[in-house]
Amino acid sequence: MSKRIVVDPITRIEGHLRIEVEVDDNIIKDAWSSITLWRGIETILKGRDPRDAGLMVQRFCGVCTYSHYEASIMACEDAFGVKPPPIARIVRNLINGAQYLTDHVMHFYHLHGLDWVDIVSALSADPRKAVEMAKGYHANPYNCSETHYKAVQERLTKFVKSGRLGPFANAYWGNASYKLPPEANLIIVSHYLDALQLSKVGAQMMAIFGGKNPHPQTLVVGGITSVADALDVHRIGEYLFRLKEFKNFVDTAYIPDVLIAATYYKDEGAAGIGAGVKNYLAYGGFELDDDGHTLLFPRGLVRAGDIANPLALDEKKITEEVYHSWYKGGEGLHPYEGKTEPNYTGFDSNTHLKGDEKYSWCKSPQYDGQPYEVGPLARFIVAYAQGHTEIKGLVDNTLKAAGLPVTVLFSTLGRTAARALETKYLGDHMEEWINDLVTRIKGGDTRTWTRCDVPDKGEGRGMVEVPRGALGHWVKIDNKVISNYQAVVPSTWNCAPRNKAGKRGPYEESLIGTKMANVDQPLEILRTIHSFDPCMACAVHIIDPKTNEVKEYKVA
Amino acid sequence: MGKQSNYEDTISRQYRELMEHCKGHLEKMDQTLPEPVEDFQTLLQERGISRRSFIKWTSMTTAALMLSPIFRPMVAKAAEQFSRLPVVWLHFAECTGCSEALLRSSYPNVDSILLDTISLEYHETLMAAAGHQAEENLEKAVKDFAGKFVCVIEGALPKGMNGKYLTLGPKGKTGLEIAKEVTSKAAAVICIGSCSSFGNVQAAKPNPTDAAGIGDALGIKTVNIAGCPPNPANFTGTLLHFLMFGALPPLDSLGRPIWAYGKRIHDFCERRPHYDAGEYVEEWGDSGAQRGWCLYKVGCKGPYTFANCSKVRFNDGISWPVMGGHGCMGCTEPGFWDTMAPLEKPIADKTIGGGEKTVDKIGAVLTGVTVAGIAAHAGLSALKHRGQDKE
Repeated sequence: MSKRIVVDPITRIEGHLRIEVEVDDNIIKDAWSSITLWRGIETILKGRDPRDAGLMVQRFCGVCTYSHYEASIMACEDAFGVKPPPIARIVRNLINGAQYLTDHVMHFYHLHGLDWVDIVSALSADPRKAVEMAKGYHANPYNCSETHYKAVQERLTKFVKSGRLGPFANAYWGNASYKLPPEANLIIVSHYLDALQLSKVGAQMMAIFGGKNPHPQTLVVGGITSVADALDVHRIGEYLFRLKEFKNFVDTAYIPDVLIAATYYKDEGAAGIGAGVKNYLAYGGFELDDDGHTLLFPRGLVRAGDIANPLALDEKKITEEVYHSWYKGGEGLHPYEGKTEPNYTGFDSNTHLKGDEKYSWCKSPQYDGQPYEVGPLARFIVAYAQGHTEIKGLVDNTLKAAGLPVTVLFSTLGRTAARALETKYLGDHMEEWINDLVTRIKGGDTRTWTRCDVPDKGEGRGMVEVPRGALGHWVKIDNKVISNYQAVVPSTWNCAPRNKAGKRGPYEESLIGTKMANVDQPLEILRTIHSFDPCMACAVHIIDPKTNEVKEYKVA
Repeated sequence: MGKQSNYEDTISRQYRELMEHCKGHLEKMDQTLPEPVEDFQTLLQERGISRRSFIKWTSMTTAALMLSPIFRPMVAKAAEQFSRLPVVWLHFAECTGCSEALLRSSYPNVDSILLDTISLEYHETLMAAAGHQAEENLEKAVKDFAGKFVCVIEGALPKGMNGKYLTLGPKGKTGLEIAKEVTSKAAAVICIGSCSSFGNVQAAKPNPTDAAGIGDALGIKTVNIAGCPPNPANFTGTLLHFLMFGALPPLDSLGRPIWAYGKRIHDFCERRPHYDAGEYVEEWGDSGAQRGWCLYKVGCKGPYTFANCSKVRFNDGISWPVMGGHGCMGCTEPGFWDTMAPLEKPIADKTIGGGEKTVDKIGAVLTGVTVAGIAAHAGLSALKHRGQDKE
């Protein structure tokens, strides 16, 4: 007999997410994902100066704290008809790059790591063997010594003995779905602690050109404001110094740790656990030249896992549906035209989601009527399918070293590994951008802003790649103020409820067929959902309700 | 002479009493708080913080909290107890930026240790457990530490539609219900960030979900660590004060600790001499911008904003919005998205919605806060005077 399991709150994410699954004989047969918070920020944007939108939409999320700021500024630049000068473009890339590095490392260790790593098992590890193991994955592993591993063990033991486990209390330690040997657990836990310190370095990188982190404050429509920082070689040096420290961690801790996980979880990867909809979409990101022709991440689509036939992306085919979302309306609409009003219908009498009706504050973005996954895996699969030399080489070499076929990418493990490889790929390129910046300043180019003013009327879009995937902002301006604003966010794509045809969204589909070791412990659900790096506050939004008043809603 | 010595006597007696209270309270906390997981002195050693730099830190924090230097040993004691104080951290309508800010705090380094070792009994962004197990953790913490734990709240409460714009947990309770249940059992409620303090972005006009700060939504008294996000040092300082006196620090009329929010950004701004000299950035990226001139004309709201950003800065003191050439947007003030908009123009130029009215409104708020600020300043002067006498 099948059983309904409710996981709410999904922890170790940004925001408020609820997952419900139907389990039969420990195997997940059906799934629903629901966002349980609505804030209505896009309603609030109406009637405001478009130049203020960037800082407001930035408050969608304090984790991907730069992403919405940049997308909004770019949408306005498109609407104003202005292009930022090269120095501004490079500085924005440097801030965004710092965001990627910090986010990805923090995600792997602090948000996702405990789905792979059993902290309690680390207590029984032999520190000497752990050193040997770590050296098998990198010649000079990060912070690796018998003494250090022992100290980490002692620190953990104190925690366990005190009985006050704090954030580690009442979790799933000992669950059969944890596959790592004690030594591997110890290595990764030790890096969990190191990464806490490192994320501060990443935040400082962002603050050097961004003014602060979270919520940097140095972009304006037409350019950047951190002029004194961008043109100062000492500031650039401070950034470079931290970048090198960060890259060292990525090379000697993050990548080897993901390879360790891949060794012990490879069967799951090969079996395609967590694959999901297998449609992948990328807008392309990080403009590397002044014409915007060269991108660090290419733009495109892969449909139904068919990497032999990559497709081109046509922005006009993007729509958002609300058939299963707590809004009024029918047919999917392009973001410029989207119209929505809240229509909350609540839970059923068992406090379960009404899976056949409306059940989430998240809308359902579609490309050509189909759900698509976005994120590091989508970026890498699109690049791989297009034959991108560097990314294809990086993926092929890693797969070869681990003895795995390319199909392993279509899995929870593939999603997590792609994020790690992407961090390395990006980190390796960021130093080139600094050289580019210094060369231009030396050549006498000090332009940081292109003069512009708010048009009476206009529309524009900002389509970028941010840590969690493809992000688009669409703005309409009338009488110099915002008349319409829409953001289609990575987590909206991934967390989408069912579409018109009843087809599940990426989170939902990725859970189907997963076997749970213990149905009372949602460990496997967390592992797959976390592999997307969910960010719920970003994902929920609304535009253009007919009235501003809060109406009475019938709550079932 | 007689008058002067009476005054001195009164001050001395007040200090003695306050010291006694503080000592007594710390002893009580020592007995009632759960045992520490890690020894604080060992932790300092492990992190390479010498006795000398720890003493420096306590002196600095004592001064920052507007306390007399004689309280320095008490601050040290409170720092030792910090990790023993149970904290239940709730997330409502928010963006998690405040949690991120605290996780990434690295200045000053003792603050960073305090935040690394803080005893988070419940924190959704960090905890390993989810769903039912997470709910059990919350219930257990509230029960085990009833009347003892500090409830930290990140995020506003949507009041519209009976709170159903936000539901949490397997039973689908509203944010409002959970906030009421947990805060009623807490020893103190600390609002971190402008969302829980004043509503912030979701409460900006037209406030579609009728979102409000915790104090407003529940009708309770809270201490408001305002900012979007606030500086982590303002949070640790407030908790230390709570450990020392069993009470929250003196607050301004908006519930913000005076020690951190008693001064105007503008008065301690590194670009202030340019304001006085009439040297302004006229447009983004101009020669004034390259030379670090005043940002008032491109919309800096430092003159209307009370916070210590200009002194403490962010991310290990590496920068802050004014240093980043953008200017302050007033994020520690209630309703700043509306009262300070448009953000790239000085308020005096604001015409949308009637400039006069807005300027008046801001003026009123400012006056209220300034009075509190002046009172605090008088207190600080008295302490300073006292300190010199002793030497």
